[in-house]
Amino acid sequence: MNRYTILVYTENFIGILNRITIIFTRRGINISALTASESRLDGIHKITIEATVTEEQIIQLVNQIEKIIDVIKAYYFKDDEVVYQEIALYKIPFDSLDPQLEKVIRQFNAHIIAAEKEFVVLEFTGHKEDTQALLEILKPFNLLEFSRSGRVAIAKPKFSVQEYLNNQT
Amino acid sequence: MIRGADIVVRSLIAENAEYIFGYPGGAIMPVYDALYDYADQVKHVLTRHEQGAIHAAQGYARVSGKVGVALATSGPGATNLITGLADALIDSTPLVCITGQVAAHLLGTDAFQETDMMGLSMPGTKWNIQVRSVEEIAPAIAKGFHIARSGRPGPVLIDITKNAQVEFGEFNYVPCLGIRSYRPYVTVELPKIQEAALLINEAERPFVLFGQGVVIGKAEEELKAFLDKTGIPAASTLLGSGSLPESHPSYVGKLGMHGNYSPNMLTNKCDVLIAVGMRFDDRVTGDLKRYAKQAKVIHLELDPAEINKNVKCTVPILGDCKQSLSMLIDAVKPNSHPEWMQRFREFENEEREAVMGKDLYATQGGLHMGEVIRLINQYKEDDAVLVTDVGQHQMIAWRYFDYKKTRTQVTSGGLGTMGFALPAALGAQLHNYNRQVICVVGDGGIQMTIQEFGTIMQTKAPVKVVLLNNNYLGMVRQWQQMFFDKRYSFTELENPDFIKIAEAYRIKAVKVTEREELSEAVAQMFIHDGPFFLEVVVEKEDNVFPMIATGCSVEEVRLS
Repeated sequence: MNRYTILVYTENFIGILNRITIIFTRRGINISALTASESRLDGIHKITIEATVTEEQIIQLVNQIEKIIDVIKAYYFKDDEVVYQEIALYKIPFDSLDPQLEKVIRQFNAHIIAAEKEFVVLEFTGHKEDTQALLEILKPFNLLEFSRSGRVAIAKPKFSVQEYLNNQT
Repeated sequence: MIRGADIVVRSLIAENAEYIFGYPGGAIMPVYDALYDYADQVKHVLTRHEQGAIHAAQGYARVSGKVGVALATSGPGATNLITGLADALIDSTPLVCITGQVAAHLLGTDAFQETDMMGLSMPGTKWNIQVRSVEEIAPAIAKGFHIARSGRPGPVLIDITKNAQVEFGEFNYVPCLGIRSYRPYVTVELPKIQEAALLINEAERPFVLFGQGVVIGKAEEELKAFLDKTGIPAASTLLGSGSLPESHPSYVGKLGMHGNYSPNMLTNKCDVLIAVGMRFDDRVTGDLKRYAKQAKVIHLELDPAEINKNVKCTVPILGDCKQSLSMLIDAVKPNSHPEWMQRFREFENEEREAVMGKDLYATQGGLHMGEVIRLINQYKEDDAVLVTDVGQHQMIAWRYFDYKKTRTQVTSGGLGTMGFALPAALGAQLHNYNRQVICVVGDGGIQMTIQEFGTIMQTKAPVKVVLLNNNYLGMVRQWQQMFFDKRYSFTELENPDFIKIAEAYRIKAVKVTEREELSEAVAQMFIHDGPFFLEVVVEKEDNVFPMIATGCSVEEVRLS
């Protein structure tokens, strides 16, 4: 089993995400994380999916995803073939702010992005292992809430969806 | 400006839809109102159930090669299409299904007969779309037809809200010629052809498997020419039957669980396996771990997702097999394989002795299903269509029907949908009233869609329905006998008087219980002008052999 990132470029149509996720559901494969957003190209959406599967499975998954009419192209990469980040937010009671916590914030290079009377919100970006490490450290500081995004990723190998579209016969 | 409902019907006419199989209801009523005005341009067939409508559309599509059209209302009307959608998807049948939907402002409110048809149909369609305004209707239908019939065909569902049907809009039909995210065809790569030709030319024991891709790709002549040139033995999948005449010297029978002895036995003996337009279904391969491991595999296939899905191939040849086969014909050298072919013929003789004699020419005991098919062969025309349901009768009919022409095989292959045959036969018959359509069904399956006798009555479609009645869910009973210690749990049926039912629908009906009556009854059926129902009471506990039991290797095919 390997951790893979799948990048899917799609038309921006209702239901497309559902069509993609049922491919995983049908095969009993868990999606670890998923993000969707507009891509660099007008009208084309980019969906980033993280899943831990065998190489055989990832090939089948991507083949099936590409078979969806409104999917333009899908690619899969191992972790070392992508540059990826996840953003995490941590809500901490104001009272917990002390020199020790300040040290942690400095060490991790985390940011306080909101300060309210009762709490502050820290933001930290990195790989899951990093945001998880900070989470463990912050738990004793009476952490109130935690939220982490799916990964956003840029592939190292060169490919161009635009070029693919231009080559349409 | 015309109504959205008129746009629906005029779009279907623009796509040359000949028949619409459907059933009205609240959310589709505007379209039905419009149909009233276009009765001279497109024929609507009122089935007795929406499942009947979609199976009829499938039957029509399978014999004609055209897109079948089904129409239903929202809610239960729409959900009744689901089985047919799943069936058409797995058997690559081109369909456009149109369902009514509640008005757009009611979506998500649990309105009367509202159901999430997009969500429900998503896994069972090649593509689906919900149309909520009048201007989206024609483009959606154009796109739907393009998707349904191009590439690997499949079912499309278009869900149209009621407000869109009653709004007024301009009608200017523009057929869909392409979609930027969808590439249904690829150009065959010449290097792959050369690679494959090298393997084929050097092969000592090459073996061709052909499937429905040959029919869909209209590659029957190319397949024949390829086999003529190379002399390679060739076996058919369930849905590939008919694409090569069984009298062809290369033809060695049928593949899979209830296929013939020789192709199953020798799959694991070939050195090069050439799969043409087939997808290595588990009913064809048996245990994959012990399937053709010794062979180099060449896979001619249009759908990239099928490559390496079940069987890893040495040389994938992506593209339309009409094109790839004709390129291969040029690249291979003329050849013959008499010794290898002889091995097929030897196993064939074994099967003939062990199974076929009893199946086809029994002289005592109860009637066998095979005898009925043998007599059908005697009277049928070359291009007669065989429509079967699912179960023992399906396998026996497939085994013994004499396929001579393409598009003569209509059955539910991948999904195994009981109840498919009767409506599918109706649809197949409507495509051409003058072509013989023989519908072979079991006593279980016929009762799943028996109401479609009503549609046969109303359309006067001259379908010849042959019921092989063993008073059992025979295939399940066979498995219970073989694998569940003869514990016949809920497989015996107390059946109605089928003759009375057929006659109640004013269909000429004859029942045969004795061997000596059979031939005349079959002859009478074919001579009869109009629909005919022939019930043949067959041996109760008969089994279909050869058989590859689940989990077994193709080589473990048994004759008894």
